[in-house]
Amino acid sequence: MQITRRGFLTMTGAIGGGVALSSLGLNLNPTRAYADELSKMDRIKIARQVTTICCYCSVGCGLVCSVDKATGKIFNIEGDADHPINEGSLCAKGAGFFDLTEANKHRLTKVLYRKPYGTEWEEKDWDFALSRIARLVKDTRDKNFIKRNDKGELVNRCEAIGHYGSSNVDNEECWIMSVKSRALGLVYIDHQARV
Amino acid sequence: MTNHYCDLKNADVILIMGSNAAEHHPIAFKWILRAKEKGATIIHVDPRYTRTSARCDFHVPLRSGTDIAFLGGMIHYILENKKFFKDYVLNYTNASFIVDNGFNFKDGLFSGYDPKKRKYDKATWVFDKDGKGIPQRDMSLTHPRSVFQLLKKHYSRYTLDKVSSITGVSKENLLKVYEIYASTGVPDKAGTECYALGWTHHTTGSQNIRTMSIIQLLLGNMGIAGGGINALRGEPNVQGSTDHCILYGNLPGYLKMLSASLDTLDKYLHKYTPESKDPQSANYYSNYPKFFVSFLKSLWEDKATKENAFGYSWLPKMDDGKHYSTMHMFDAMYAGKVKGYFCVGADTAVSTPNSNKVRKAMENLDWLVGENIFNNETYEFWRGPGVDPTKIKTECFLLPAAATMEKEGSQSNSGRWVQWKYKAAEAPGDALPVGEIEIKIMAAVKKLYEKEGGPNAEAIVNLKWDYLDSKGHFDVIKVAKRINGVFLEDTVIEDKAKGTKTEFKKGQLVPGFGNLQADGKTACGNWCISGSYTADGINKMASRGKEDPTGLGLFPNWSFAWPVNRRILYNRASCDVNGKPYNPKRKLLEWTGDKWVGDVPDGPWPPQADRAKGKYPFIMQRDGLGALFGPGMAEGPFPEHYEPLEGPLEKNLLSSQRMNPAAEIFKSDMDKVANASEKFPYVCTTYSCTEHWCTGALTRWQAWLLEMQPELYVEIGEKLAREKGIKNGERIKVSSIRGEAPCIAMVTKRFKPFTVDGKEVHQVGMPFNYGWLFPKDSGSDSTNMLTPTVGDANTFCPEYKAFMVNVEKL
Repeated sequence: MQITRRGFLTMTGAIGGGVALSSLGLNLNPTRAYADELSKMDRIKIARQVTTICCYCSVGCGLVCSVDKATGKIFNIEGDADHPINEGSLCAKGAGFFDLTEANKHRLTKVLYRKPYGTEWEEKDWDFALSRIARLVKDTRDKNFIKRNDKGELVNRCEAIGHYGSSNVDNEECWIMSVKSRALGLVYIDHQARV
Repeated sequence: MTNHYCDLKNADVILIMGSNAAEHHPIAFKWILRAKEKGATIIHVDPRYTRTSARCDFHVPLRSGTDIAFLGGMIHYILENKKFFKDYVLNYTNASFIVDNGFNFKDGLFSGYDPKKRKYDKATWVFDKDGKGIPQRDMSLTHPRSVFQLLKKHYSRYTLDKVSSITGVSKENLLKVYEIYASTGVPDKAGTECYALGWTHHTTGSQNIRTMSIIQLLLGNMGIAGGGINALRGEPNVQGSTDHCILYGNLPGYLKMLSASLDTLDKYLHKYTPESKDPQSANYYSNYPKFFVSFLKSLWEDKATKENAFGYSWLPKMDDGKHYSTMHMFDAMYAGKVKGYFCVGADTAVSTPNSNKVRKAMENLDWLVGENIFNNETYEFWRGPGVDPTKIKTECFLLPAAATMEKEGSQSNSGRWVQWKYKAAEAPGDALPVGEIEIKIMAAVKKLYEKEGGPNAEAIVNLKWDYLDSKGHFDVIKVAKRINGVFLEDTVIEDKAKGTKTEFKKGQLVPGFGNLQADGKTACGNWCISGSYTADGINKMASRGKEDPTGLGLFPNWSFAWPVNRRILYNRASCDVNGKPYNPKRKLLEWTGDKWVGDVPDGPWPPQADRAKGKYPFIMQRDGLGALFGPGMAEGPFPEHYEPLEGPLEKNLLSSQRMNPAAEIFKSDMDKVANASEKFPYVCTTYSCTEHWCTGALTRWQAWLLEMQPELYVEIGEKLAREKGIKNGERIKVSSIRGEAPCIAMVTKRFKPFTVDGKEVHQVGMPFNYGWLFPKDSGSDSTNMLTPTVGDANTFCPEYKAFMVNVEKL
């Protein structure tokens, strides 16, 4: 969703001033940082604004992601001043939200596989992972499936597979996981709400 | 939360107990401070002085694990000094109900206890009924078996001296809190309570909250603006993940999971559809069959028919009386019974108690599937500290997931606001939304069953699973609409009260759960969330209207709040029996003679003074009234103080039952316990910090946050540090009978020793945000190496907040 940028970001210019002064031997790092911020504000003004909700505690603060229209990349995330709960403010974690984007070099970007008794991860593709996981799920489920319990009651369950998580994914994803686990007959189903 | 975040500003007194809101919910705390600016008194009760304490009117330290004693003393104070809101207690709670003659309480145990099973037979925890089957009442509240008198008797034991001796809180401080909080037991004052993990992380966690619920009912604080019980929950969508019940005991919408003895749909529906003979009780759960059958239809649609009981037999059934929570799962995994494990967006090798046991258990896995945006200690357990990867058989997958702003969908906050969020950018590399990964895994499994068959294959091959769009990606709108519910046939809905008939077409979305059908005409993935779309397909979760017609901060046009956009639960209790607001200055709702005006009311019926059509306000309770007597709980209808599994005392000062008699005891060789032990003499509690989140599995990977809070520490009071010769900043060892956690000593004024049963007891505290994987060089590991495998008797929420340790110089 695109929303109108707030009015206070109307600052412009004043970026060029610091360049000439640098030849005088002054420490201009703070000025440059300031100039970078101003240039970022210019970029924010023309960026695509997309709203999201914070992914940490459960207050549900609103954030605005600024997306560069040319590259499609997020280059700034800040509190949503239109949001009735946080009114633009954020805590330390929310304020650092940008470090969750792909700019963080620790983000996982490849399917990783570790073979039995292996000492390292190997990169794989989705086809490998999906077909291998499906095979393992089916074999484990079929081998350990409990049709009837000790009393002879029909229970149609599989106790050999556990599913955990997650309260930091979206509702629609939660529902998918909840339903998937039941259709497989799992009973060890749990997530962070328990802890 | 019964209420919601912006509503905190409406309170006159806020008790923060079991939470450090300023540091863990800073933006929630803004609304608490807004109440303070308007003159509210803010009280913090917590073992440790924190930044929350610093901004409150005053702080009262109490020993971890003694909240019921503290609050039980408050109930005693309220009843003895007649501070309760009589009109409310009489009309809106079960105070006047007469309890069965066989019910009793002796020396810490209620009637019906079986020590071998550690369970109660609840046969006597019931009400006497009249000839029509309606609970008998004594409106004078003097009958010795009335709930009111039993409550009074039960808490008469919680005297100031006794409570002070148990909790370590001075009598002056106890009285100060009791007096100020009890001052809200009048029509025009509101008191609210904010808790978090500080209340749930105990063997008596649920009863901590129930004790406060009793106080709120006695003071008339439930269902009003600025009142209620407010859980400040700790994960962004933990409300939603709970609503969708990724939980062993429930199906989406808190429907009950099936048990083996309920072998037919009829038996199941009979058991879980409550019946009330009282015409004034709305007993809303009498609609249970509509919600449940619509859920079954959402799974299997036209394959679920009346003839096959809508696929009832395809769902898994638990053994009666058996539990399958996280701790049970790892216990079974440790015993080699769990072979495969999906761990999605979580770090259970750090977050689960007794981490040494958990990590050992994982070595028994044949396979592990992880889905996350960063790596963590769970996914790398095979090369954790002291583990030789060449000896670990487990086949492991780590699947890259999209971060929250890289996908569209909804998230529910603690105030039940279901807020829509949008996709801002593509996920990096091969990363996909978790929803898409899960759909694709299940689609691949489904394909195998279609080809090869297998046990109970119908449940899988018949599953409606068309949630990818034409490009093969996650169709989140389609799932959201399935959750909301849809008419599967042309359906005419008759409203007898209004005398109207409305026709809905096949394929049209249901406007709300009131339209769901028990005959298979509707499919609904989660009845609670039904109404998040309009019948015309408008997504109400995406609403961004800022109107505030009541001035109370309800923001009815911002997002969608379940149920049916109701912002404050039980809101009819904010008015007297004639529907007039108790507090005209904070008018949440009012009956105007033919309708309710204000918040979305808890049902359209007239107020209860209308004996013909009126209904009681607590519509989800079978009897329609707030439950001072709560027979649903595992350990008794009235909360009772028990010591934690591990504590400093050999005996409970209130009874011969030292710990919760209904809490399950885990018995593996790695489940050691050291109560009142000289080797582990200090009470320990755990908590988070502002800069990290949960296990730190997301935040430790972020340089800015890590720099602020780089590694594990233990907070130690100055007196204990002096005794042990420990200096601030020194590297030391904290140990329990289960494990060790090397960390930095933070010597602080924030912890002071308690006087408990006449003796000095020290308490220390540690954050739970660290693990071994990252940062690499810290030497930190999980605080849960120390914690025991034990939990609440109702929920199995682990006891992270009170256990015993030793602290030593290295």
